Amino acid sequence: MTIDTAPAIAAEEDELREKYLTFTIGSEHYGIEIRYVTEIIGIQAITEVPELPDYIRGIINLRGKIIPVMDVRLRFKKPFREYSDRTCIIVIDIEDISIGLIVDSVSEVLAIPDSDIVPPPEYNAMTNRYIQGIGNSEGQVKLLLDCSKLLNEQEADKLAHIN
Amino acid sequence: MKESDPILEMYIFESTQMIEGTEAVILDCEDASSFSPDSINKIFRNMHTLKGSSAMMQYLHIADTAHAVEDLFHILREKQPAGLDFNSLSDLVLQSVDYLKDEVRKISQNEPPGGTAIALVNQIQQFIVSLQSNEASSHSLFVYHAIIHFYNDCEMENIRAYQLVNRLNEVAERYFYDPEELIENNDIVRNIRDRGFHIVLETPLNYEQTHEFLMKTSFLQNLELQMLDAWPGEQLRDGAPAKDAAFLANELESERLNTHDPATAEKLNPIQALQSELAAIRSAAHSPMISVHVQKLDRLMDLVGELVIAEAMVTSSNDLHSGNGDSPLYKAASQLRKITGELQDTVMSIRMVPLTATFHKMRRVTRDMCRKLDKEIEIVIIGEETEVDKSVIDQISDPLMHLVRNAIDHGIESAEVREAAGKPLYGTVTLEAKNIGSDVLLIVKDDGKGLNRAKIIERAQQNGLLGAQHGELSDRDAYNLIFQPGLSTQDQITEFSGRGVGMDVVARNVEQVGGMIYIDSVPGEGTTVTMKIPLTLAIIDGMNVRVGQSHYTLPTTSIKESFRPLHNDLLTDPDGNRMVMVRGECYSILDLHERFHDRREQTDFTQGVLIMAEQNGKSLCLFVDELLGQQQVVIKPLPAYLRKLKRSSGLSGCTLLGDGSISLILNMAELVGISHTAGS
Repeated sequence: MTIDTAPAIAAEEDELREKYLTFTIGSEHYGIEIRYVTEIIGIQAITEVPELPDYIRGIINLRGKIIPVMDVRLRFKKPFREYSDRTCIIVIDIEDISIGLIVDSVSEVLAIPDSDIVPPPEYNAMTNRYIQGIGNSEGQVKLLLDCSKLLNEQEADKLAHIN
Repeated sequence: MKESDPILEMYIFESTQMIEGTEAVILDCEDASSFSPDSINKIFRNMHTLKGSSAMMQYLHIADTAHAVEDLFHILREKQPAGLDFNSLSDLVLQSVDYLKDEVRKISQNEPPGGTAIALVNQIQQFIVSLQSNEASSHSLFVYHAIIHFYNDCEMENIRAYQLVNRLNEVAERYFYDPEELIENNDIVRNIRDRGFHIVLETPLNYEQTHEFLMKTSFLQNLELQMLDAWPGEQLRDGAPAKDAAFLANELESERLNTHDPATAEKLNPIQALQSELAAIRSAAHSPMISVHVQKLDRLMDLVGELVIAEAMVTSSNDLHSGNGDSPLYKAASQLRKITGELQDTVMSIRMVPLTATFHKMRRVTRDMCRKLDKEIEIVIIGEETEVDKSVIDQISDPLMHLVRNAIDHGIESAEVREAAGKPLYGTVTLEAKNIGSDVLLIVKDDGKGLNRAKIIERAQQNGLLGAQHGELSDRDAYNLIFQPGLSTQDQITEFSGRGVGMDVVARNVEQVGGMIYIDSVPGEGTTVTMKIPLTLAIIDGMNVRVGQSHYTLPTTSIKESFRPLHNDLLTDPDGNRMVMVRGECYSILDLHERFHDRREQTDFTQGVLIMAEQNGKSLCLFVDELLGQQQVVIKPLPAYLRKLKRSSGLSGCTLLGDGSISLILNMAELVGISHTAGS
């Protein structure tokens, strides 16, 4: 059994590699690796949960499964924008955590080969901490997000709060 | 090894069961201070199967250990050696059980296996050897074969033989004789005259003493007394006692020589192997039980939870009620409601597990601690068949263990102290479970020295847990102080307890499952700790309330009453804490707006509802805007990511309401606790 499935999994992994789901926030284009994405849903009723950072908007009921939703706008310290029918929730699954990312709109799935990705400039490492690379696709620049940092970088935030 | 390998999963499940079964049998035997043939057989079978399956799975270190224990019990079964050292035997077996348990756990958690238990196996083999040498040399019981001839003219040989048999009861551990029917059968007289009267007996007397004893028989003409190596079995009647015994000894010897080669041992022992296999197959075929992975049950539970919600959406939809009550849709919907209800109950009952295993773990704890602390303690288990939800069991087994340890370590006095106090020398720890409505009471009771009120209060003051008003504390309040963090009345830290981190952790664990804990104690007579635990964590009776735009659910069990306060009953103290007078008593108010939402202007309490809630004997009034109604809700945990982000909570989870929206479930214990610490 192991012998049969291993190449299949590898092939699937291969298929998902170097592919990015792109979305917009304001005028910026972002991308996240497609292998983290489970689904994309429209905006829906969000239940507010008290005592959380403001970028966590609350929890939603995804067919009986309760998942938190994060407004990526607020996460990046941009002003809040009212949700519209263009607003989407990208449900990602990373390290066994399911979470919804609220974005202004979802664009498309792009193949960006590793050779077209450059690391972010280093001089402002602090502000670029969610970006794992900058991809170039047909002349357009996409900021590629590091999902696990998006979820787990609390410490820097807390410092910011104190300041 | 892949995680979801069903064969491995099965192996782990079965091995765990067999190992635990063995442990239980050992503890039973120890209580009875004897190994009955049944229990020896059971352990033997368990170890035999474990050996086989482990060898098949290539866990040779487990197979070797199981094999050694199997050998040991093979000898016990065949030889039934006398003068057995029960203590070292059960120590040895429990040690092996611990090792096996640990190894199986490592396999299940994908950890690298520990080393082979060479030391343990050697120890067991030494024990076997010592058993056998015991058998050969310093045996405390001897087996004799006696042939007795009476005087030819004494008459009534059968009666005389019968008298002799009666006398045998005084000296022999066991015996049998030939011919068997002494009274009923008149031909016996001739038989005894011709063949003599044969007796095989096992007795602690040595040869001379036995000879002397038998010589006292009246009218005895001739006595042939022969010493046998081992109890010959019933074959004596065939007239070949010596041969039989020798054969047995031989077989055992070869078995022992071959302990390192399972295959050979298997061949030597084909009948037993076959028998145990057959027994296993038979029990598997006849057993009305199947074992299911908990994950599947959890999944089923989730699905049923969703079904209940979907059903509520359907049955409460307006379309349904717009038609008249006789419409087929309406009937179908009420049928649906009935079936979902039953389905829910059934799934809940599947998850219910008796407390037996948890309680029996405590026996092991007791045994080990008694050995270490040199106390004699009897553990009494009542109501082990009480069933609670699997998740509850997981949560309470640690607190329970802690309470039992405390009772043994601190509660029960040493034998000298007990004697001086006129109590029985052995202490008693009672573990009791019983159903009370939708709760289970778990009671841990000891007949030890009880709690020291003065000392608790002194400690509490030292730790700043108590003001100067301790004189007014009721006994129960004083004793319950020990559930506060950092309070241990024990001066010495022992291996088992006394670090002061114990009881507050117990209390917290119990509160986490929505339970209550309280302690009663009578100095000199003992201490009783009672835990009140809900039957299940998955479903509660909840009251839905509205606070601003949000919906919250609180457990109905903690609600005492709800009312709309009058303006005159509301008070505000100089610190801004708001309170309400109810029937002459003053309660503090927790405004859920303030607690959970940023609200600037002060709430007008007369516009909403106050809910008086009680948890762990503390009361508090919660302010909400509106009561929405009562409903059974399925508790879902908050997403792990949120739990990681939040510090203080006040929420124990969330649930889905009939319309698919989410309601947050309030954690009453935390809310009440927070407001109290804030108040003081």
